[in-house]
Amino acid sequence: MKFKTFFWFVAPSVFMMLLFIAAPLVSVFIQSFQVTQPVMQQIEVETCTPGFLTQTCTTEMKTVPTIDEATGKTITTTSWVGLESYRNVLQMDKVWTAIGEGEWRDILQIDFWKALRFTLMFTLLTLPLVIGVGLMIALAVNNATKSLRGPVIFISLLPFIITPVIGSLSIYWLFVGDGILTATLERWTGQDIAMFAQAWTIELLMYFYRVWHVAPFAFVIFYAGLQTVNMDTLESAIIDGANRFERLRYVIVPHLMPLIIFIALIHLMDCYRVFEEVVGFRSQAHVISLQWLTYDFLVPDDAGNRAVSRASASAMLTMIGIVLLLILPLRRTWRDHKGGAH
Amino acid sequence: MSKATAQPMSLRIASGMFLAFWCLLAAFPIVWIAIMSVKSPRDAFAASAWDVITGPATRAAGNGLSILDLVLGLAFLIFAIRWAFAGLPRMIARFSPPGLIVLGWIVGALLFALGFIVIFFGVLPPVFDALNSFAGPLGTPVIGLTTEHYVSVWGENEFYRNFMNSMIVTAGVVTISLTVGTLAGYGLARSGSNLAFWLLILALIFRALPHSVLVAGYLPWFINSAELLRPIFGELSPTLYGQPWAVIAVLVAINQPFTIWMLRSFFQNIPSELDEAARVDGCSHFQAFRRVIMPVMWPGVITTGLFSFLLGYNDFLVTSLLLDAQNQTMVPAIAGYFNRETTTTDQVEAVAAAVSITAPLFLLVMVFQRQIVSGLTAGAVKG
Repeated sequence: MKFKTFFWFVAPSVFMMLLFIAAPLVSVFIQSFQVTQPVMQQIEVETCTPGFLTQTCTTEMKTVPTIDEATGKTITTTSWVGLESYRNVLQMDKVWTAIGEGEWRDILQIDFWKALRFTLMFTLLTLPLVIGVGLMIALAVNNATKSLRGPVIFISLLPFIITPVIGSLSIYWLFVGDGILTATLERWTGQDIAMFAQAWTIELLMYFYRVWHVAPFAFVIFYAGLQTVNMDTLESAIIDGANRFERLRYVIVPHLMPLIIFIALIHLMDCYRVFEEVVGFRSQAHVISLQWLTYDFLVPDDAGNRAVSRASASAMLTMIGIVLLLILPLRRTWRDHKGGAH
Repeated sequence: MSKATAQPMSLRIASGMFLAFWCLLAAFPIVWIAIMSVKSPRDAFAASAWDVITGPATRAAGNGLSILDLVLGLAFLIFAIRWAFAGLPRMIARFSPPGLIVLGWIVGALLFALGFIVIFFGVLPPVFDALNSFAGPLGTPVIGLTTEHYVSVWGENEFYRNFMNSMIVTAGVVTISLTVGTLAGYGLARSGSNLAFWLLILALIFRALPHSVLVAGYLPWFINSAELLRPIFGELSPTLYGQPWAVIAVLVAINQPFTIWMLRSFFQNIPSELDEAARVDGCSHFQAFRRVIMPVMWPGVITTGLFSFLLGYNDFLVTSLLLDAQNQTMVPAIAGYFNRETTTTDQVEAVAAAVSITAPLFLLVMVFQRQIVSGLTAGAVKG
């Protein structure tokens, strides 16, 4: 294909990606060094309250945003503040005091570090679980009679396809207050259980939700991979005296290895963006994630202001994490590509 | 399976039990919220599972199904589903004009849905009531069931507005991403150049970006777009914030990396001899794409369309930040219930809204199960 034809085929897609992905990235980068604030002015306000005989009047100086006469909007100024927003997000001074005093737990009181801790733990803990559970389901379905496989795949796809917010809500409703599963647990243990009163129980439910949600994806891919396992290799392994577990360990898992890497990569990307769980489980008071932190800065506060510059700073910090996460797999791809070209 | 690989009974039983357990685990939360949504608040949050299923309080309020209702209703349901898979395709094939089979399917599916709703919710209840009065013990209610929460969600709370907005956004996302994506996917599949490789890697990096990073980039521009665009468009310049079509554009762009990767892997499965033959016959590249490749690409396009649909339909973050209250789609709208969720009635209404959002997805899996599975594996095997 000539370059010109290629160009016209990919142009619309590349244009959209540049306009709506690359350009916002540049914009976020610049915003993170700026602060936009309404211009404030001091005005004298006289407030009178009705009193007996005479009104009681007080005058005081108030700071209010200046309003443009022509458009009726507040006038804002944008100024360069350097790393100020990053400092607000990271709060390094508090971190250093915490380290100095040896109070490590205090670091996790700061929103950003709390979110980072949860996001990383969430990503790394669910990864082996998703791969393990997915592989187990795939092996079990492969064992089942043919007529059962269709319905099982159908049921398995439901948790995968459900809207993430709704999926986490559906589990939330099972446990909220005296929801059906909390009530059952209380009956078994004879204790009063509140699943949403402390951070670690919420986290457990979030891990469970994510594995429930992603394991079907891993299962379907492993199941497809199991159909292409070389039967001759398996049979020669049996002749060599390998037991069932050894066959799994030395024949089937190596055969599935590329798929395991693929799922791990996709899972790393998706888990790092963990967000819907915080909304669905309403856990913002206890557990937050990096993406939720940015989202929270972007939601207007009670006065209607959005903390865009702090959001940009936290977004840039999130980006750094993604880059670190992707460097290794990308280097591998690059080497493969170079190897393939020669 | 040969004798050597035959499995001992214990292993077969264990694997069967594991499978049964997984199916229970997978379906339980979804089935349970569906059951909760048709009970009165007291039953929905009852402590005993049996009370939630049978719903004594709902039954006492006069909303219940008798054994007769259950048997006849289930029979009708099974008949309707079987006909949808057997009779409906034949009717569509007979009545739709040649070449417009897709249109025929859309009209057929809509008519079927309409007929089903009218018969199931309009005609059957009065008929069953009449039958129940004759049936004696079989006609007394045994299971509590009420549709009041759905009525108040869709009626009083005007959930249909959110539904329409969701449909507009999803339809826009699916059509535009497929149009743009098939072109790019074809170009990338047929070009072995370094540039194509770098574009794909760039797309992979873009795919990994958290969406909140991008939204942080859009928000200030979208809110002030009327002033920023004034020099170009004059008085007509729109405020992009709150506009469904702006959200469509954003979601299409976010979806592009995934779309082009998936479509590329589908295009690679089509032998390039096919377009070479078309080129020899005098087609230009675009004509070959349009007349020779696209007709054999439908399975891939449908599969990719399904995943684009899921992205647009399931999105919470982008739509909740970039749309205002009037144009809200379904998923962020459910967050509105959190704030009002003070009484148990509000909670059950939120459950009913959640089930309403899940129902179309359920239908989607039922109809397109094979395409979804093939889409998942296409991405993995070709990578």
